[in-house]
Amino acid sequence: MSTIPENLRYTASHEWVSEEDGIFTIGLTDFAQNSLGDLVFVNLPQVGDEVVAGESFSDVESVKAVSDIFSPVSGTIIEVNEELADAPELINEDPYGAWLVRVGGVTESEDLLGAEAYAEVCESEE
Amino acid sequence: MKLLFERSTAGHRHTIMPELDVAVPELPSSLRRATRPHLPEISEIELGRHYTELAKQTHGVNDGFYPLGSCTMKYNPRVNEAAAALPGFTDIHPLQPVSTIQGALGVLAEAADLLAEICGMDAVTLQPAAGAHGEYTGLLLIRAYHLDRGDTGRTEIIVPDSAHGTNPASAAMTGFTVVSVPSNAEGGVDLGALRAAVGENTAGLMLTNPNTLGLFDPNILEITRIVHEAGGLCYYDGANLNAVMGHVRPGDMGFDCMHVNLHKTFSTPHGGGGPGSGPVGCKDFLAAYMPGPLVRRGAGGYEFFAPEKSVGRVRSFHGNFLVVVRALAYMVMLGSEGLAEASAHAVLNANYLLKRLCGQWSIPFGEPCMHEFVIDVAPLKAKTSVSAMDVAKRMLDFGIHPPTMYFPLIVHEALMVEPTETESREELDTFVDIMDAIYREALETGEELHGAPFGCAIGRPDEVAAARNPRVRYDFGGER
Repeated sequence: MSTIPENLRYTASHEWVSEEDGIFTIGLTDFAQNSLGDLVFVNLPQVGDEVVAGESFSDVESVKAVSDIFSPVSGTIIEVNEELADAPELINEDPYGAWLVRVGGVTESEDLLGAEAYAEVCESEE
Repeated sequence: MKLLFERSTAGHRHTIMPELDVAVPELPSSLRRATRPHLPEISEIELGRHYTELAKQTHGVNDGFYPLGSCTMKYNPRVNEAAAALPGFTDIHPLQPVSTIQGALGVLAEAADLLAEICGMDAVTLQPAAGAHGEYTGLLLIRAYHLDRGDTGRTEIIVPDSAHGTNPASAAMTGFTVVSVPSNAEGGVDLGALRAAVGENTAGLMLTNPNTLGLFDPNILEITRIVHEAGGLCYYDGANLNAVMGHVRPGDMGFDCMHVNLHKTFSTPHGGGGPGSGPVGCKDFLAAYMPGPLVRRGAGGYEFFAPEKSVGRVRSFHGNFLVVVRALAYMVMLGSEGLAEASAHAVLNANYLLKRLCGQWSIPFGEPCMHEFVIDVAPLKAKTSVSAMDVAKRMLDFGIHPPTMYFPLIVHEALMVEPTETESREELDTFVDIMDAIYREALETGEELHGAPFGCAIGRPDEVAAARNPRVRYDFGGER
């Protein structure tokens, strides 16, 4: 059973989001890292890149496959977790600590799910 | 086992060279190494033992069953090798005068003609060295066609999400933007999504049919029509041609260009034994863009010619020539009836296995299938924690090369099984027995299979460490 913190919001494509003062922090959920398996590479975007809600902004590679990561919001990347470039395993070890990017200037957001609704999504995929 | 560098002993020698009987040229000091290269010092018998030891750890189609999905690991008949070993083919050089290599040119011309007929294409180049190289070549044709007509806005290649990973990679490499379309519930192309994806930016579509789930897309004519009506062209990835060879021609499905893998469908060595060969065929209206030179029969015999608006060479000389010799031997040996029978048996063998396995194993798509099918290990994993990886690793203990794993991506715990036509019913039955045994083990011992294989020289290489911290050169203790 994967962990789904109550204080975060989620997408059906397994990203988590937290918002503070208009800044959105985005990461991969425990369910996502568990299905992907050991991550070996994170293709990080750059600060200043524009992201569009529902479109891919990054991808991660595990020994099984490469998977796109979709942005839950439209805006501009203001910070990237560079630590992941050398240590993609941090996502496996602590998915809710190892954030990928922070997005500001958000103009649009997808309909985000609460913990309970996201748990249902995970259950339907198991 | 020891690496060659670890077998090295100072002073051991391999070949005794005769004294030089010509003057030794002096290299300018600027071109000389400052230090001696680190070469292993080793005798001939030590070298022989090293490679024999390596060979004993490998598994080829001559060792046992090799149902590697989408790779068509069929038997390579010895007669192909006999043909390819003929001195008239081995002791020639591509720069010889054309009049002295008419036989070799005849091989190129005849192989190209037969492939064109099998595929429903009008022209074939034998230059591309493998499947992905063929994709790249085909995409160059599509690009040249659009640009030649002044249609410069066609920048997108549509690829279904069940495609081989090389398709989007080749499209990106050719400078196109990749647009992915989802599969429908039956594993085919979602027509609605395709209609929404095509437009004035569409350069073309890349498709494998049957697809990677082993299913022939029943909407294929509609699919190619939608793309054509939007002004795009259709590229056929010939990876799965072994399912339809001699029965259906990609050219008749509406495809404009395509590649075939001689090392899959036409029984030339595959994998480490290669090299590969990925000839590209196209319809008449693309023939002027083909890489050159091509071979044709002229008044004085066979001759080379360059297509009028050629995209240029895609490889030195004429491709992997001796692979083409092997493929021609295969096509001529089987003839049109034999080739059709071979693909029919490939489909029959896959359906026989599917039928015998589907009682126990989950096979979400197909029945009937074409030449391959995908087992989903997810239900077994949920029950026992035994994954597709564990099942595949356990097969090694039974002398079987595992199927393709974790592909296509739309099935999460995929094992993609392609038996090919060259396996006997007895061999297929043995495989079913082994699969039954592994299933029972999973139910009875569960987690123990995480340690499989138990009897192989190499069990579970640390793929994660290898990907995160690859060491690709030997460490001479810090010396360079």
